[in-house]
Amino acid sequence: MTTMTAPADNGVNVEALLGVREASAESPEITEFQWRSSVTWVNGTHSRSDVEGFYGFGAEQAHHTRFSLDADHPLQFAANDHGPTPVEYVLVGLGACLTAGVAAVAQQRQVQLRSVRATLAADMDLQGILGADPDVRNGFSGVSVSYEIDADASPEDIRAIVAQSQKRSAVFDIMTNPTDVTVTVV
Amino acid sequence: MRTRTAVVIGAGHCGLAMSRHLAARSIDHVVLERGEVASSWRTLRWDSLRLLTPSWMTRLPDRPYDGDDPDGYLSATAVADLIAGYAAETGAPVVTGTTVTSVRPGGVGFVVETDRGSWQARHVVLAAGTTRSVVPTLARHLPRGVASLPALDYRNPAQLPEGGVLVVGASASGVQIAEELQRSGRQVTLAVGEHVRVPRRYRDRDILWWMDAVGILDQRWDRLEDLDRARRLPSLQLTGGERPVDLDALQAYGVRLVGRLAGLRDGVAQFSGSLANVVALADLKLGRLLDLIDEQAGGRGERWDPISFPRAPLGLDLRSGEVRSVVWATGVRPDFSWLDVPVLDRRGALRHEGGVTPWPGLYALGLPLMRRRRSTYIDGARQDAADLARHLHERLRTGGEAHGSWTREAS
Repeated sequence: MTTMTAPADNGVNVEALLGVREASAESPEITEFQWRSSVTWVNGTHSRSDVEGFYGFGAEQAHHTRFSLDADHPLQFAANDHGPTPVEYVLVGLGACLTAGVAAVAQQRQVQLRSVRATLAADMDLQGILGADPDVRNGFSGVSVSYEIDADASPEDIRAIVAQSQKRSAVFDIMTNPTDVTVTVV
Repeated sequence: MRTRTAVVIGAGHCGLAMSRHLAARSIDHVVLERGEVASSWRTLRWDSLRLLTPSWMTRLPDRPYDGDDPDGYLSATAVADLIAGYAAETGAPVVTGTTVTSVRPGGVGFVVETDRGSWQARHVVLAAGTTRSVVPTLARHLPRGVASLPALDYRNPAQLPEGGVLVVGASASGVQIAEELQRSGRQVTLAVGEHVRVPRRYRDRDILWWMDAVGILDQRWDRLEDLDRARRLPSLQLTGGERPVDLDALQAYGVRLVGRLAGLRDGVAQFSGSLANVVALADLKLGRLLDLIDEQAGGRGERWDPISFPRAPLGLDLRSGEVRSVVWATGVRPDFSWLDVPVLDRRGALRHEGGVTPWPGLYALGLPLMRRRRSTYIDGARQDAADLARHLHERLRTGGEAHGSWTREAS
């Protein structure tokens, strides 16, 4: 059956993204970005992080407003639960990154999305951060992401969109590959 | 200084195919070759290597495959002999033992310096092959005592010390070398990044027969949506024979799979946690290829189960003695270190439109997906050389585009 279909619109400006890729061939410096946040201790395990400025496209940039994010630990940790735990923010980052990628890849492939939901779970053994067992790492021992997607595409095409989103995801890369981290005190 | 209308650099299948088409158009030329004809096929291949394309695909201009095993897979030596025979039959004007040291604009178009004198030419065709290994910079951090070998330098298992081997890269070279080393009694760990899984045979035919029959190999470079990505596509996980060398088969031989090599710190190799995704990408891509074949051929063939693998370790201590050598099957590139013409991009790759570089009169052959998917294989040289010879001839006929010193000197 052939029906007239409107062009897919997932609200992603793919042309703008592809334009950046093309422009970067001539001026590679425009794709050099720096992301920033600052954090202030409030009390106990509660801290507040601010996100506003970043660098990219060859100049200082800023969000339209300053975002403030509280992090804390739950009552079960004898803390006051003013916000998600830092490790949960990592899951938030991964889920948000992969989902943005799903929308962008679907847009590029002219697939109309109707709903996209994912649940994320990270396994972690507290023996690591408690210093109780040196063979247990501090971080996650594994992360799983499960998507439920309703879209104008076959199950294989949807799986391919999710796979391509992982391939192009910054946070997926950050979590699956080592990164140099330098912490100093001034 | 000797002068020709065209200088072709490299007497392999591409250079000789070009020579054949230039001769057919009565364009005077010379083919400069650093070693003997088909040099790389004799010096830069491992002992057991066979073409992963069936023999009937080893065709050159006016020279179909006429051996007695069209469905077999030629050994590297047999390929070299076939190309040498072609050079002799066609009387190609090959000058062997002549290494090009520089190609630069000048004189009638280009000055080609060699270790045995200089040539001038209005046209230069780069057909020197893919002779340079790409080894990641992190190879520098291998612990002392661990041998390191790029795939182009690999010959046979006896070359490596006894003990475990880490093979980095799971495209054609990586899976073939991993299989051979595992069979030699060494424990192989294979670091797997993006790869292309295909079965050797599908619906009773060689997979390359299908790719030829349904027109995949004839897809043109200028009709592809994302050419850069298509050109970066890793080579097929195939070997020149009936044995499967996909990740299922390798695991059955005892090869251990790990993710892409992502880092090397304090003697510990760090592997990416992306193995599940690169395996899923390859399985999905395989499904699309088989669906496309079925669409064209009608009916439906068999399907393969997704590759399954145990949870892979994220690190491997290379100081423990478990791994005694690393083989880098991390890609090959042409060597343009002698090319003094500004046609390379910032990553050192040749800028070209289907083998026609932006510098008038400078052409290339033998690059992956250069003018069509077939360009990646020996079989692509026929049409590619025909196309470029036509372009070159047209340029000669019309006097060429105005350019730099050549225009001034010629006018």
